[in-house]
Amino acid sequence: MMPHDETMILETPFHSRCLALCEINLWEDWKGYRSAAAYTSVEQEYFAVRSNTGVFDISPMIKYRFTGPDAGAYLNRLVTRDISKIAIDRVAYTVWCDDKGHVMDDGTIFHLGENDYRLCAYARCLDWLMWSAEGFDVTIVDETAEVAALAVQGPTSCAVFKDMGFVGIENLKPFGITRYPFEGSEVMISRTGFTGDLGYEIWIEPALAEAFWDALFAAGKLRGIRPIGSAALDMLRTETGFLQAGVDFIPAEEAIRTGRSRSPFELGLGWLVSFDKPVFNGRKALLKEKQEGSRYAFVYLDVDGNKPAEHAFIYAGNKEVGTVTTAAWCPTAKTNVAFAQVDATYGKVGQELVAEIYYERELKWTRVMAKCTVIEGAVFNPPRKRQTPAPDF
Amino acid sequence: MKKYDAIVIGAGHNGLTNAAYLAKAGLNVLVLEKNAYIGGATVSRELYPNWKYSNCSYVCSLLRPEIIRDLELPRHGLQVVPYGGGVTFKQNGDYFGNHADHERLLREVARHSKRDASAYERYEADVMKQTRLIRPFLMRTPPDPTSLKPRDLKELALLAKSFGSMGEEGLADTMRFWTMSIGEFLDEYFESDVIKAHLAGSGIIGTALGVYSPGTAYVLLHHYMGDVDGSVGAWGFARGGMGSVAAALSKSFLSFGGTIQCDAEAAQIIVKNGKAKGVALANGDELYADIVVSNLDPKRTFLKIMDEGDLPADVVTKAKNFKIRGSSGKLNIALDGLPTFTGLPKDSPLCLGEKHFSDSLPKMERAYDDWKAETWSKDPYVDMLIPTQIDPTMAPPGKHMMSVFVQYAPPKINGGDWTAEDKAGFEKTVLDQISNYSPDFKDLILHCETRTPQDIENEVGLTEGNIFMGELTFDQLLFNRPFPGYAQYRGPVKGMYMCSSGTHPGGGVMAAPGANAAREILMDLSLTNTVPGGYDDD
Repeated sequence: MMPHDETMILETPFHSRCLALCEINLWEDWKGYRSAAAYTSVEQEYFAVRSNTGVFDISPMIKYRFTGPDAGAYLNRLVTRDISKIAIDRVAYTVWCDDKGHVMDDGTIFHLGENDYRLCAYARCLDWLMWSAEGFDVTIVDETAEVAALAVQGPTSCAVFKDMGFVGIENLKPFGITRYPFEGSEVMISRTGFTGDLGYEIWIEPALAEAFWDALFAAGKLRGIRPIGSAALDMLRTETGFLQAGVDFIPAEEAIRTGRSRSPFELGLGWLVSFDKPVFNGRKALLKEKQEGSRYAFVYLDVDGNKPAEHAFIYAGNKEVGTVTTAAWCPTAKTNVAFAQVDATYGKVGQELVAEIYYERELKWTRVMAKCTVIEGAVFNPPRKRQTPAPDF
Repeated sequence: MKKYDAIVIGAGHNGLTNAAYLAKAGLNVLVLEKNAYIGGATVSRELYPNWKYSNCSYVCSLLRPEIIRDLELPRHGLQVVPYGGGVTFKQNGDYFGNHADHERLLREVARHSKRDASAYERYEADVMKQTRLIRPFLMRTPPDPTSLKPRDLKELALLAKSFGSMGEEGLADTMRFWTMSIGEFLDEYFESDVIKAHLAGSGIIGTALGVYSPGTAYVLLHHYMGDVDGSVGAWGFARGGMGSVAAALSKSFLSFGGTIQCDAEAAQIIVKNGKAKGVALANGDELYADIVVSNLDPKRTFLKIMDEGDLPADVVTKAKNFKIRGSSGKLNIALDGLPTFTGLPKDSPLCLGEKHFSDSLPKMERAYDDWKAETWSKDPYVDMLIPTQIDPTMAPPGKHMMSVFVQYAPPKINGGDWTAEDKAGFEKTVLDQISNYSPDFKDLILHCETRTPQDIENEVGLTEGNIFMGELTFDQLLFNRPFPGYAQYRGPVKGMYMCSSGTHPGGGVMAAPGANAAREILMDLSLTNTVPGGYDDD
């Protein structure tokens, strides 16, 4: 048991720095932490990531650490992806399912060392992790508060790190992990992120958080670095086609109404399911689904016109076949995109559907039946995201 | 003597609701109340100058929003103000704080067990699934499973469909939930003693069962299925005390032309040729009506104010067997100021909610052991609130009123009536317990009203002082409440009906039994229904 704590909302290890830069005082609650929704202007923050470097404080992200001789085997049982293929110092995006094959959450697994892994998740899941751990020699620790983290994203992010003295950082491949000495300790850097751009995430002990922030912003000053809030991040992830738990799907354990949770196939994440593994949570149900078919399909839509298709119903001809979960005008791709869940018989790439969009201008509501086309995926997918060595800008 | 269209016995919230709907349909309705004041157990009284005590029911959540709106209770003075917070104090000086803010709550759970913080979300979702199953049936008459009438078949089909919508495991989960103990249910989610203890209280309140007695998981649901303004599971204070619920209902009833007669104790339901004909009062007066509705509990109705000769033998037996056991008492206390609780800042928002001093399930089970031994719990479970922190109408500014629900207290002490010494001992046990966690509490007491189950029975008329007018166990729920064959509010005698908490969907200040009974009566009279249906929960 921990001692009493009268604080109503927690502050991240970077809070003093975030607070100083949060000019418009727009905060929100991210899993009990005070987190900036925007610092100055959502649009400028968005473009910082697409043109310079944007910094997002991801410290509130739920983080679990797995150690012990069975850590790898345990994770392979927990998640759908084959973890044995993830080498040390590599990161993998994955989902994990309940026994019905429905997605409980998505997240990233960091292979930190021999029998040593970290899982970053949207939702708390320690209870489920412990259930799944029966019979495995693995130690599971919630280290959310013990690790401070920042997403440092954008075309000049590599250059900023080079200026900080992280020699050779340009050679870090996507989903790779590296480490540098910092202030007598160490900072871990992974080439990962939620923006679809060239970018990194840094992981550091909380005591060094402020020092790292100061060094980062000092180095980035000449390269247009600025902090970004969750509103800008939402635009960025939409443009690059990343799903958001709680928005694009309901974590299975939180779903109250029958039929509201989704399988990986129904979220377009079938590529994360490795049936080569003999055992993993949800395998039996997922195999059955693979053979018998899914209920829903998850589609990316290119929507005609410039009105975001927020909360729109999707039609095939006159038939209502689904609803939009995320929609936005994408400022870099200059495209109007939407993510939608539709009945499984719809949603082949190239298919034309219709979005019923309602929008308001000066209290006048207008309804638009906008044609949309099912597209492959991300509308923003620049080469610099993958290039190694990473470019300077 | 004047003849009415209908006479309702008992001016509690269900009697008044029933009467209001009958009067709204155009009937000439009389409500009889044995006390000098209305409200039954939904009452607030000034028992100490300038202090108002809600001396029976003390918080509001179950009162159906459909009825509040339909009978225009806000216009008649009812305001329900939600409250949050809550604390379970531990013996070691620590506590569990039931924060109103969800993330803050989860962090507090994590302080006791990180795993439990994650399990809490699963627990919430699972309880909400059960809540959503039962809520649509609150404003409906239970189907008769033995009937082939189209209406019963339709209602049974709806019940089956609701179970069906719970998914493959829904039926299994539901059967387990309705029959298992609250202790076993919570053991499937949590490892922290204090969190289990905090949540288990809702499973035993008003129930003569222990935390490990089968059936108590459902009782928890009974405390989660209400709502305040759509926030399911939330609780609030009726501004001015629970008596303001009865006051608003009575004003609504009077606005439809109804009549309320206080100091009028019903002695006998008059039955002639197998039909209800009226009510004979204790003072000898006789009042006549072809519709007589009893808002008394089933035992009192069939064994006290009806002639056994007028009833089918099975009804008499079923009434005798009806489980309505006293399990709780109450202390209402006028305080000279706000007491301090060890370890908790005085301005903590947690103070606005319920306080408990039972920090483990074994401790709660031991409290039940005392009840079985026919004495009050020596270390009782209390549900304690200080509504004056939110409601300024209950005490002078700066002064406070404390409501302490106490469990367990048996209807009889070692087989005999409660003596003055027993009552004093019970009071001392509770005051000492509170004082263990609040050193300045005793010095602040200006007045204390202590009510044993026997006091509650004598004043309010609830048999054995059972607050729900019958245990909320599966054998006495839905189409078995109060007993099989009589769950559709009709009594065994033509023209005689039941509308108390002893009928579906049970106790608490819900008003649904009163409304549902009115719907059946109006149907029998071929009158236009005035009772609203339930809101859609989707």
